[in-house]
Amino acid sequence: MTPLLEVRGIDKSFGPVKVLHNVEFSAYAGEVTALVGDNGAGKSTLVKCIGGIYPIDAGTISFDGRPVQIHTPRDAGELGIEIVYQDLALCDNLDIVQNMFLGRERRSGLLLDEDSMEELAEKTLSSLSVRTVKSIRQQVSSLSGGQRQTVAIAKAVLWNSKVVILDEPTAALGVAQTAQVLELVRRLADTGLAVVLISHNMNDVFAVSDRIAALYLGRMAAQVKTADVTHAQVVELITAGRSGDLGLKNGVTP
Amino acid sequence: MSKVVKQLPGEAIVAATQAPSIGNSFRAYLQRVRGGDMGALPAVLGLVVLCVVFALARPSFVTSINFANLFTQGAAVTLIAMGLVFVLLLGEIDLSAGFASGVCAAVLAVTLASLGLPWYVCVLAAILTGVVIGTVLGTLVAKVGIPSFVVTLAAFLAFQGLVLVLVDEGTNISIRDSVIVAIANRNLPPWLGWALYAVCVAAFAAVQLLRARKRTKRGLVADPLSLIAFRVGTLAILAGLAVFVLNLERSRNPALVSLTGVPIVVPVILVLLVMWTVILRRTAFGRHLYAVGGNTEAARRAGIPVDRIKISAFVICSSMAAVGGIVAASRASSVDPNTGGSSVLLYAVGAAVIGGTSLFGGKGRVLDAVLGGAVVAVIENGMGLMGYGASVKYLVTGSVLLLAAGVDALARKRAAATGLR
Repeated sequence: MTPLLEVRGIDKSFGPVKVLHNVEFSAYAGEVTALVGDNGAGKSTLVKCIGGIYPIDAGTISFDGRPVQIHTPRDAGELGIEIVYQDLALCDNLDIVQNMFLGRERRSGLLLDEDSMEELAEKTLSSLSVRTVKSIRQQVSSLSGGQRQTVAIAKAVLWNSKVVILDEPTAALGVAQTAQVLELVRRLADTGLAVVLISHNMNDVFAVSDRIAALYLGRMAAQVKTADVTHAQVVELITAGRSGDLGLKNGVTP
Repeated sequence: MSKVVKQLPGEAIVAATQAPSIGNSFRAYLQRVRGGDMGALPAVLGLVVLCVVFALARPSFVTSINFANLFTQGAAVTLIAMGLVFVLLLGEIDLSAGFASGVCAAVLAVTLASLGLPWYVCVLAAILTGVVIGTVLGTLVAKVGIPSFVVTLAAFLAFQGLVLVLVDEGTNISIRDSVIVAIANRNLPPWLGWALYAVCVAAFAAVQLLRARKRTKRGLVADPLSLIAFRVGTLAILAGLAVFVLNLERSRNPALVSLTGVPIVVPVILVLLVMWTVILRRTAFGRHLYAVGGNTEAARRAGIPVDRIKISAFVICSSMAAVGGIVAASRASSVDPNTGGSSVLLYAVGAAVIGGTSLFGGKGRVLDAVLGGAVVAVIENGMGLMGYGASVKYLVTGSVLLLAAGVDALARKRAAATGLR
């Protein structure tokens, strides 16, 4: 099985500080890949490199088996890579449909084609089995944290995206809402998308992911199948970069 | 491979698509008001209260001549306020709009009186002046990054000087062009008033019905027929009353000169109101304006050209100020250094805010400016009739503005608490 998204040998420095060392990372269609690591391990930097926000110093990114160049967020969007950032980037004063189509509104002539946007938004939400919002013409300001996350994810899915990267989608949510969002994450993968889930929460990671990639001080410690490892092993990979045979040898990738 | 995540009931409310009815719409509206989203309610209530008070205190307030006066008195401020809404939507402010209207009016007067150009060229020159002013202000705010408060405060001072330069250090340029003078001083023939009324009501009804039909066809939730009938009926009754009163003879000496009909500024305001409302609510540009006002960072990430949107808002504001200046020049039949000065700007900002436009950005409609403009005009007019001097007028208008801004801030707090807006 070839990965849909594969990065190889990525280096990234900010001035004298080298943040990513020779990082390898793959995401597979139909699977949830959890990207874990301690604060400062380089998770966000890696994601921003993939999303075209930071240029990479060295290494290659291939998409669907062929090498690609991602220089801007637009390049990433055109490939079908969507990132849902932690702050969600929703406009409180607009409703759900307006937010989902923000910047990519459908028009008929000069005017907005509200009806077709509403239809498509409704279709997308129901394809994700989202039933938690009363009306899709509700203003985002009236939504709960989980509902907002749902809208942000649905917005990312709307554009025939192939890879959806979620930056700590459950960080600010309660128990019930977390369950809802995780369920949605699982469903995204089941529809054939490659989902990358950044998370600090081991329960979340083990609940939904198929693979786990653990970063340690800017190096990829290990990429393993979730079924093959235990909670404790993953925690060791995150905190020490190694766990038994897994992980870095003497602090470098074997 | 795929694991099933246990489903928790949580807040999962199955989409309760309430049967849309007039009762439900009304209840939803009440809920929004209680949640802090008052919209135009304070302005409408204020208008009603003010009118009742003035009518009881001074019977001359409810004469047809005074009713017509209200429109011509409030027109310039209303037009400037309509433009200000665009800047306020971004959470910015334009303190120079008043004197920008003065500069544009002076350009009109100079080209008309001194250069003797035809009126349409002069109007175009005045509006172009507005466009240039807006571009400069907008560029300074969006590209250079100076706070709009400072940029427009500087412009407020500079434009006073510019007006003085244009009118030769304080002379009064009188305007004799019949077309320009007609804008604020002449009326439509009564039959044309009724024809306009019929067209407006019919068009409003047609737009509402067509939209509902299109949505029903696609299986989307549409406004019920009863609600549409209620809206169209309200418009028909209120506008019909207004046209009827304006068509009454209001000359003191009808044998000498007849004075009837809808003032020409009314259709001018109506056309601009419809145009800007369509642009704001039904075009991508309008949507992006709200987005920038609501969350600039989100708008930027969505690929919206934030700087361009900001500059265009200032251009629209200054151009509408130019239109307001032309109407003010027409009403006074002259331009002097005080055109657009003194309280014009504050009344315009007041009109927009009283109508329900938020000073925090992201919330507001062009209609707000018209409703707020009506409130300001009624205060100005009614206080004048009661024989109060400028001092009391300023005090009352100031208090009303403070009240409106207070209502806005409190509504916002409440909205944050209830999660509604």
